[in-house]
Amino acid sequence: MNNLTKDIKKEVAQKVSKKINLKAALSLATGALFGTSVTTGAVGQTIEADEWQFDTAFLLYSEVDRVTAGEAIVAGTKTFSNDEVLNLKFTFDTLTGPSANGAIAQPKAQTFTRASGIGRYRTPEGETPLDDTFHDTRVQLNGQWTQPVSDNVTGSVGGHLSKEYDYLSLGLNGNLAYDFNRKNSTFSMGISYFSDTFTPEGGIPKPLSSMLVGDSNSPEWDDEFAKTRISASENKSTSDLLIGFTQVINRRMITAFNYSYSMVDGYLTDPFKVVSVLNAEGLAQDYIYENRPDSRVKQSTFMQAKYHFDDSLLNMVADVSYRYMWDDWGINSHTIDSRFIIPVGRASYIEPHIRFYQQSAADFFTPFVIEDQLPVDFVSADYRIGEMSAVTIGAKYGVALNGGNELSFRLEYYHQRPTNGGFEEPEALNGLDTTPVIDAIIAQVSYSF
Amino acid sequence: MKVNKTKVKTRMNVILLSVCVVSLSACSSLGVEPWERDLLAKKEMALTSSPIDAALDDHIYFSKEASSGGKSFGGGGCGCN
Repeated sequence: MNNLTKDIKKEVAQKVSKKINLKAALSLATGALFGTSVTTGAVGQTIEADEWQFDTAFLLYSEVDRVTAGEAIVAGTKTFSNDEVLNLKFTFDTLTGPSANGAIAQPKAQTFTRASGIGRYRTPEGETPLDDTFHDTRVQLNGQWTQPVSDNVTGSVGGHLSKEYDYLSLGLNGNLAYDFNRKNSTFSMGISYFSDTFTPEGGIPKPLSSMLVGDSNSPEWDDEFAKTRISASENKSTSDLLIGFTQVINRRMITAFNYSYSMVDGYLTDPFKVVSVLNAEGLAQDYIYENRPDSRVKQSTFMQAKYHFDDSLLNMVADVSYRYMWDDWGINSHTIDSRFIIPVGRASYIEPHIRFYQQSAADFFTPFVIEDQLPVDFVSADYRIGEMSAVTIGAKYGVALNGGNELSFRLEYYHQRPTNGGFEEPEALNGLDTTPVIDAIIAQVSYSF
Repeated sequence: MKVNKTKVKTRMNVILLSVCVVSLSACSSLGVEPWERDLLAKKEMALTSSPIDAALDDHIYFSKEASSGGKSFGGGGCGCN
């Protein structure tokens, strides 16, 4: 009996030691990366390390026959003695698989040039054209510093850096929150600015120019392809204003209301997307590169309520929110998101999640262009700015482990259903699936320690 | 169609404004005393109870839909396809 107790104690001690070492190693790595002071002595490591709280997650997003993405996050939060909070987050993700190029399905096979200009791909008859050369890896760093400014005011500043093979994004943000009414009400205001640079392989295509389709090994190819390009890279900037109001209603309920205004300027076109030009019968004659306006103003209102039920409803916490978004491209959208955190036993919970989304199309969205409609000005056949609805349904299961650690699993199903939006389809498209649905699985494992 | 959209927008704005005004004028009588914050202080009652899940979801929906932000900044940050 004594031996057994000793063994258990030893095992626990080893586990605790491993945990501290992992935490210490991560703390050191985080400190070194961001230049924050972390004591390097062995004893110091343990003491300092205990002040960090880490949240880690790995997510797999996989669409049927299309894109698969994997994303890993490690976030560290350290609270200092004066309620100052430092949050550092490292994100790594990778994306592979075929992505819709914007062209519409046809009764015969279609051939396209890859975005890089090197090589071709063929889409069989009746299928939605997908470019299968997408492969990207992204590294992202976020840092946020939050501290009390006075008794009732909290300030926060943050930075963002994200780098992909062909994309660089830099961002800054600042927020102020004012508490009043015995800290039951909070008014907050924040601004953020992002500067993004896009350097796609093969350069930026000339908007509305025809996709060059042919033999990329021919001696004239490079010169001809270059005529369809305008530059090697383009920029865009995003300025956001977010105004929020949070109100505690009673012991069981809290609500939040946000208004946001977002201005995006610069290159907003997707360089990888084309639009099919069809003859009156509906047969593809040409593929032109899409062209979007160089500015977009988005606004949204967001409302959220959280309610903690009592024993009679399993002590469940309901989290329901609604967002209405509208922009000057003619898109508006409704999003309803609800989660229910239901305790199971003393140490675990299950969290069902359901989300509904519906959007209208941008004014310049069209699934195809008919020859006699040419010339066009702004045009895009990217289904993501077309009329569509989507639903997400799934659940998360979390279990609290020793020492305040938590392990959780999330599995969700995401279904996107683009709709025609009233475009009359010419005869050749009859019987073809021109608004294909997208089904995806979202699987996630998280561990906090 | 345009007129309808404008009408809907105006109506939404009026509703939102009313909600805000009602909230603000009523807020002084709402709320709890510090010793009644037992439930509100729980992690699952935080407005964003899992920031990691929120960040991952934002990335997915930013890449796949025309809307972003609302709860937090919509921002740029990726050339997601």
